[in-house]
Amino acid sequence: MTTSYEERTGSVEKSPDGPVAKAAPKSSRSTAYLLTATLSLALLAGCLLSAAIGAYNIPLGDVLSSVQHRIGLGGQELDRVGESVLWNVRLPRVALALLVGASLGCAGALMQGVFGNPLAEPGVIGISAGAAVGAVAAIALGLTFFGNWTITVFAFIAGLITVLLVYTLSRSGGRTEVVTLILTGIAVNAFAGALIGLFIFFADNAQITQITFWQLGSLSQATWPKVLAVLPCALAGLLIAPFYSRKLDLLALGERPARHLGVDVERLRIVLVLVVALLTAAAVAVAGIISFVGLLVPHLLRMANGPGHRFLVPGSALGGALVLVAGDLAARTVAAPAELPLGVLTALFGSPFFFWLLRRTRRKQGGWA
Amino acid sequence: MRTLKDLFAVRTRELPSPVASGSPAVEAAGLSVRLGQRQVLDSVDLTAHAGEVVALVGPNGAGKSTLLAALAADLTPGSGEVRIDGRPATAWSAPELALRRSVLPQAAVLSFPFPVEDVVRMGRAPWAGTEREDEDDAAVAAAMAATEVTRFAARPFSALSGGEKARVALARVLAQRAPLMLLDEPTAALDLRHQELVLRICRERAAAGDAVVVVLHDLGLAAAYADRAAVLHDGRIAELGPPDEVFSGELLGEVYRQPVEVFPHPRTGTPLIVPVRQN
Repeated sequence: MTTSYEERTGSVEKSPDGPVAKAAPKSSRSTAYLLTATLSLALLAGCLLSAAIGAYNIPLGDVLSSVQHRIGLGGQELDRVGESVLWNVRLPRVALALLVGASLGCAGALMQGVFGNPLAEPGVIGISAGAAVGAVAAIALGLTFFGNWTITVFAFIAGLITVLLVYTLSRSGGRTEVVTLILTGIAVNAFAGALIGLFIFFADNAQITQITFWQLGSLSQATWPKVLAVLPCALAGLLIAPFYSRKLDLLALGERPARHLGVDVERLRIVLVLVVALLTAAAVAVAGIISFVGLLVPHLLRMANGPGHRFLVPGSALGGALVLVAGDLAARTVAAPAELPLGVLTALFGSPFFFWLLRRTRRKQGGWA
Repeated sequence: MRTLKDLFAVRTRELPSPVASGSPAVEAAGLSVRLGQRQVLDSVDLTAHAGEVVALVGPNGAGKSTLLAALAADLTPGSGEVRIDGRPATAWSAPELALRRSVLPQAAVLSFPFPVEDVVRMGRAPWAGTEREDEDDAAVAAAMAATEVTRFAARPFSALSGGEKARVALARVLAQRAPLMLLDEPTAALDLRHQELVLRICRERAAAGDAVVVVLHDLGLAAAYADRAAVLHDGRIAELGPPDEVFSGELLGEVYRQPVEVFPHPRTGTPLIVPVRQN
């Protein structure tokens, strides 16, 4: 017990500390507004830069003018090459980066809330790998019965099964311990890796190339049909998620206390597990395994603005989108004309962050329970 | 503004109506609970009325926490029934139950480092979208003042000591302002001053017309503050009544398997319970 003498005598309690208490939520709210505004502006700038920069440079002014032209607000068309590069190559890619990033960031924040565990992330605990098994199966077996949506649908089903599996395996007594969760993740990742290996073993050469590139995590194959293929999943997930923010806050108290405060915990869990599967499937289906975004973004936002989910959930979507747009721009330009796989890049920066996080938590609270 | 809010309320909840003092807030009848192979509760009858403090005492494993959990509608009894606010507990939805009973769990845990004030404010969640939402700020401030946690309102919950966490958890329960409070060992982590403080709060809530059921290990506290005490022994209520009638050396000695002496306080007459010690 570290209660001080002052505290026990209680004389301090009478000091007029009301204003401090009142000021806390207000200042946190203005931080939230500031962060939202900053993130939005940075995201807009990132999108514009990403649309402008590349092997064929398009001046920013031309990008704006072409967009204006298309939505019927004046401006003017570019030359044929420019118009084609911008609208058939760059913009679908930007749109895809936005969707994938927002999905990953949001899925990370939701998972951490549902598991009550700051290390839950689709990549770390194997959900992405699980969804990848579905996607690889669709490619390797040459399945097409849902048309454009085949890979997404398979990724969703496999992702959903994996979330449910991890959830039931890693919980005991209404809690998820970090060690159990991480070990479950290791097992799931290993098993998913084996299944993917099997599918690759049975695939032909063309399919293997397709799978390998897709697995490294990349947005280089972006087209409008691909954007459309993930849009329903990602949008549904992103729109549903914010409605559960307040309940996620309560869930931080534990399952029983949340129920005592009127949360239908079973329903909340089922809905959110579905949403996480939707979001992860959307991201994995088009971009392969891009890890650490769902870990890094919510953590940084929690440090900046506290753990309240009303900002964290939409904020993580915004932040995730920013990270991926910027990451994809870097992946395309750093080693130009070659292109780095995006998943490699995020892991390159994400892993040290993960390590730093472990060290920091160990120092501050003696590790995770 | 009100009508607008009503329009967008997803589902209308039935708000609790004020209850007359002395009417039953929670009733358990013939309650039996099995956990695994063990009969944890065996045909327990207990009623807590509006305006009274009922203490549940007994040795470890006697079934106190299980009884409290059953009263809170956390677990479905093998047989028997729990009625809250006149209706079977199972007939209420989770949001409706939250307006009628608040529960303090034994251990206060929090997955993320929310600031103390936000934790207390979580107690107001059940009232969101109702007309009593307007009380939110007042209820939070009053609960924090009563439990003496106002001073660290802005500190993260995870940075508090065990006793401070326990008081913040209690403040959250108080802020909920439910007519039935179920407290599981609220004094376990507290120092002398705050133990007394917590039980005084229980008395105040009872005086204001709430029913309070509290699990206590300290028989002295139970004797001093409870209107009635239930002594649990092996899943049954061995004795139920006013503490000065129930707390006899014979009964407590048998239930706790530890000889005790009970004698009245020289000034107040409240029973004092002291283990018989050899020296």
